[in-house]
Amino acid sequence: MGVALTRAAQWTTAGSGTGTLEITPLNESLLNEIIKFTESFSSKHPQEAAFVFKEPLEWETQLQPSAFTSGYEVSEKTVWSQETDKDGQPLLLLTGSTVKVRSFAHLSRLLYFAAEKRLKEAQACLQVNRDPIVKILGPGYGTIEGEDMSMLRLLDKVKKDDAGDTEMKMKISLLLQQLDMQLLNSSLKQISQEVRLTPAAVKNEVDLLKRFSGAREDAVLESLEYTSDYEFSNGCRAPPWRQVHGEICYLIIKPRDTETMYVTCSTAGVFLNGGREKERDEINYERKSDIYKDLITFLRERSATFVKNMAKQEYTFFDEPKYEKHYQHMEVVEADEYGQAQKFYDYSEKNVFEKPKSPLVKSKPTDSKKLEPSLKWKTMSGSQVGKAAKREKEDKESKSVSSEGKRKTSAPSSAGSSKGKVSVKVEDVSESSSESEEDEQQPERHQEINTDLPSEYWQIQKLVKYIKAGNQTATVIALCSMRDFNLHQETCQLAIRDVGGLEVLINLLDTEEIKCKIGSLKILKEISQNAQIRRTIADLGGLQIMVKILDSVDKDLKCLAAETIANVARFKRARRTVRQHGGIKKLVGLLDCAPMGTAHPTPLQGKDIEVARCGALALWSCSKSARNKEAIRKAGGIPLLAQLLKSPHSNMLIPVVGTLQECASEPSYRLAIKNEKMIENLVKNLNSDQEELQMHCASAIFKCAEDQETRDLVRQHGGLKPLATLLANSENKELLAAVTGAIWKCAISKENVTKFREYKAIEALVGLLTDQPEEVLVNVVGALGECCQEQANRSIIRKCGGIPSLVALLTGTNQALLVNVTKAVGACATEPENMSIIDRLDGVRLLWSLLKNPHADVQASAAWAICPCIENAKDAGEMVRSFVGGLELIVNLLKSDNKEVLASVCAAITNIAKDEENLAVITDHGVVPLLSKLANTNNDKLRRHLADAISRCCMWGNNRVAFGITKAVAPLVRYLKSSDPAVHRATAQALYQLSEDPNNCITMHENGVVKLLLGMAGSTDETLQEAAAGCIANIRRLALATEKAKYG
Amino acid sequence: MNRKKLQKLSDSLCKTAKHFNKFEVECLIKLFNNLGVEPSERHAVVGLDRNSFRNILHVTFGMTDDMIMDRVFRAFDRDNDSCVSVTEWVEGLSIFLRGTLEEKIKYCFDVYDLNSDGYVSREEMFHMLKNSLLKQPSEEDPDEGIKDLVEITLKKMDYDHDGKLSYADFEKAVREENLLLEAFGPCLPDMKCAMAFEAQAFQDSSDL
Repeated sequence: MGVALTRAAQWTTAGSGTGTLEITPLNESLLNEIIKFTESFSSKHPQEAAFVFKEPLEWETQLQPSAFTSGYEVSEKTVWSQETDKDGQPLLLLTGSTVKVRSFAHLSRLLYFAAEKRLKEAQACLQVNRDPIVKILGPGYGTIEGEDMSMLRLLDKVKKDDAGDTEMKMKISLLLQQLDMQLLNSSLKQISQEVRLTPAAVKNEVDLLKRFSGAREDAVLESLEYTSDYEFSNGCRAPPWRQVHGEICYLIIKPRDTETMYVTCSTAGVFLNGGREKERDEINYERKSDIYKDLITFLRERSATFVKNMAKQEYTFFDEPKYEKHYQHMEVVEADEYGQAQKFYDYSEKNVFEKPKSPLVKSKPTDSKKLEPSLKWKTMSGSQVGKAAKREKEDKESKSVSSEGKRKTSAPSSAGSSKGKVSVKVEDVSESSSESEEDEQQPERHQEINTDLPSEYWQIQKLVKYIKAGNQTATVIALCSMRDFNLHQETCQLAIRDVGGLEVLINLLDTEEIKCKIGSLKILKEISQNAQIRRTIADLGGLQIMVKILDSVDKDLKCLAAETIANVARFKRARRTVRQHGGIKKLVGLLDCAPMGTAHPTPLQGKDIEVARCGALALWSCSKSARNKEAIRKAGGIPLLAQLLKSPHSNMLIPVVGTLQECASEPSYRLAIKNEKMIENLVKNLNSDQEELQMHCASAIFKCAEDQETRDLVRQHGGLKPLATLLANSENKELLAAVTGAIWKCAISKENVTKFREYKAIEALVGLLTDQPEEVLVNVVGALGECCQEQANRSIIRKCGGIPSLVALLTGTNQALLVNVTKAVGACATEPENMSIIDRLDGVRLLWSLLKNPHADVQASAAWAICPCIENAKDAGEMVRSFVGGLELIVNLLKSDNKEVLASVCAAITNIAKDEENLAVITDHGVVPLLSKLANTNNDKLRRHLADAISRCCMWGNNRVAFGITKAVAPLVRYLKSSDPAVHRATAQALYQLSEDPNNCITMHENGVVKLLLGMAGSTDETLQEAAAGCIANIRRLALATEKAKYG
Repeated sequence: MNRKKLQKLSDSLCKTAKHFNKFEVECLIKLFNNLGVEPSERHAVVGLDRNSFRNILHVTFGMTDDMIMDRVFRAFDRDNDSCVSVTEWVEGLSIFLRGTLEEKIKYCFDVYDLNSDGYVSREEMFHMLKNSLLKQPSEEDPDEGIKDLVEITLKKMDYDHDGKLSYADFEKAVREENLLLEAFGPCLPDMKCAMAFEAQAFQDSSDL
């Protein structure tokens, strides 16, 4: 009871004895518990009820003497009980308004008499008798002073007491303790349900509001100050003796429309206090208003202007929900902790007095450790990572809820913003495909901030303080001094963040002081090299302000803002923010500067060029998102980039070409690069002495040269030679990958291949087949594959010893690489001399095993490569047969649903079927029905190879009949209507073979083949002619035979 | 002032104030005359006295710091006769509005060197910075922050470590970091004010 009363009950004032018990929900429930206990005491424990208190409980009552009935002697002013103690004192004595009670029995009767007023009576009693147990049992049992009092001590005490009393006292003491437990438990339940503020939460809120306070017309408050600058290690500013009451700090708030308010922030909430007493400069801690759950709610109630201006602050939409969420999580954690505490009580009732401190007090230090300053909540140490992740998830879920809640107060904009929300979600999906994202969920390091902080930390903290408190002059000095720290060092970067420097620096950007803005941006530019800082800058809304600065007149400022954006926009969310705030358009606007060609620009032009360079840098970062690429194009960025591409300076060219090559993944850009005549400049810069620039140029050509015209342009501008030359530089792997990629794509054109041979590129490429990273190998092999179109190159590869390396690469796993390697090996195999090497190296077996690769591209490519191998190998039939299960494997690939695989396998089967024995085997594996099943297709490539395969397969047994039965004939006839002459030829041959069977002739005739074939017979293609004529002849012969049979 | 005299004056000033062309010089002279400069009883010379000059600085260029404004006046008033003559006016504005970095460094140093002994001392810095920090009521020594700020400045700018800033120190520091040009208080117009002033001065007179 004592414990519960001191700890849980809410006393108004600190001074013990004089405080009053307020009627709060918590207290009320406590009192009710006590009353219930007392009332039922005499019936439940009649013996104990008769026990006479050591000292009477004495208090001012409002009961009238007349209220007392039987068992009491009532006079006009006094009432005394008939029962007395050993000394003859009445057990209940009422004189005037003072009542003295000496036993539970009379207490419960008194409460019974009091009826409705019992709550008041209990309150009055307990107010005066802070520790009733002392009075009831004697000072030894007190709980207020002797917190460490243990059961042992109690027992000890009990023993010393008069033997008669002992047992009784013991029992009462235990009963009272039980009540105490009960009270504590129930009050804990209450407390944990309530809104609990924490120092961190209050600090956040105050910081947030401070940002929007000031003399400005639209500020939400005029001022907001702490009464004390000293912050205790637990984050509280209230003096320790007030912290005991859960108070965190006191604020002096000057709203725009009402008088100055003195406010207490406590764990229970926010309320108005008595203000500062003038003569003593001390705060009157008394509560003067209702309790609100947080500062913003409080101010909403109190100041109309606050509500109005709050709605105007555009950033609050971004910030506020976040902070609110933050609170919610803290509450969750706190509740948890209470829950634990409660359990502890449950399980160890006996030891309860040993527990050093009550839950309320205890929880505070733990909290502040866990939820310390502002934005660090994301950055938990190892053991809390899981928790943090969970929270982040919750964040996302609660975001819509909480932000909607906020919006209610700003009705007009709510529709717009919620619309915005939907579109954001859509974008999330669309952007997920874009390339090279920085990992958003990068694990944050460097958490535990210990006592052994580097000295820089304290110096930076001091400087931040000066920036905060200083005018323009002091701020500039502090900013300059801060730049003297090694800002590339992570310790300094994080120190700036951890002392709240980022908020201050970003805040400066929103001022009118150009110098402060420049100084701040210079620092932000450096420290935004750090991924965590980037994220925080974005979280604090820095990007929006920087985008705004891009409109500034001051060119230095524009440059710095663009450069900082370039650094920050390295992750997806930031890039999206830039775009959504119109940043892309403004950045593209920066690109527009005076003619570039001049070798010696005036200082003014130089500035413009510098601005354009910074703009290009920022666009480069932004261009990694697909939507931004489009936004750049729509903002008219392409012609401006083309203009800048003519610049002679490599520091300008690198971001420009970087942007272009990034954007060249989009077809629209590839077209524009060709049409804006950028290829010429790209080619020119291949000769730069900057490897980075060369790399980006090569990479842009790589992406663009899929297009025939572009390839020709590269050749015409003399780009092939520098590309070939760059192959010699094998140290820079990125450059090498880009260059080999460009060569690969350029080599698709035959003219280019010839050029490459002249420049001895083939030899160089073969040299790159070993010891290269996969990105390079893919391109090298791709390039060789294209170069093999020329017979001469195929021999060059052999002579340079490239074939063993290529065959060795067939054992790889990289899908792209395998596609290219099989293609290259296939191309090489067209040369019988090469083929013998491949055969010796068992290359065909390797190719064949790639048919089992799960990727359709690899399957098809391998099957294509097998064709020339069979064609050119000696003893091909024997070789193929030697692959155990090989024929079954390839026939089964006819069940694939990829057209390219089907076409390639048909081609391979055509070649396999040239060997009669093999044809027999594949027939046994059911090749005929599988081919027939494919006959209904519109794909000309497949049609052609299918027709070839069918005509080859007709050569065995009664396959011709089988094709007829499996209904392959009618669809084949339709192939003759295709527009592809190659299809015609293959089909005519197949039909010729099929027409050897009379039933097929009938089917063909029925499908109108004669007319189609007659046309083909007039073709210039002899093979086609012959096959068509042969087929017609077969049909005719059958008709004649039939006529003969009919008419004899 | 008659036309001939004006011509002559502007011709000669064109040579000394090299950032203005002749037209602009004429405009400035006219502006100077329009400012209502009359020979006052106390001074024999014609020109702007301290108060009217300070008034211009305050109203036109938004300066607020009394001490700095006094120093700016001193910097304009080359001959120390407590009055800015028309020559000093045009020449001063030439640097004030369009000075090169070098000229501005010299000018700012002159402004900050309160006792004109060729050095900006600790005490002078303290004097100029003393209002630059918001006073924290809780701090024991309200000047502590300022003192610290002075030390920070010296650490950054005092290259020869003699505990005071020579012109060489100042110049080197500013060249390295342009932001330090107005290290001890704003004594140059910000871009907006300067542009507004130029637009007004040079357009107004062209109407005449």
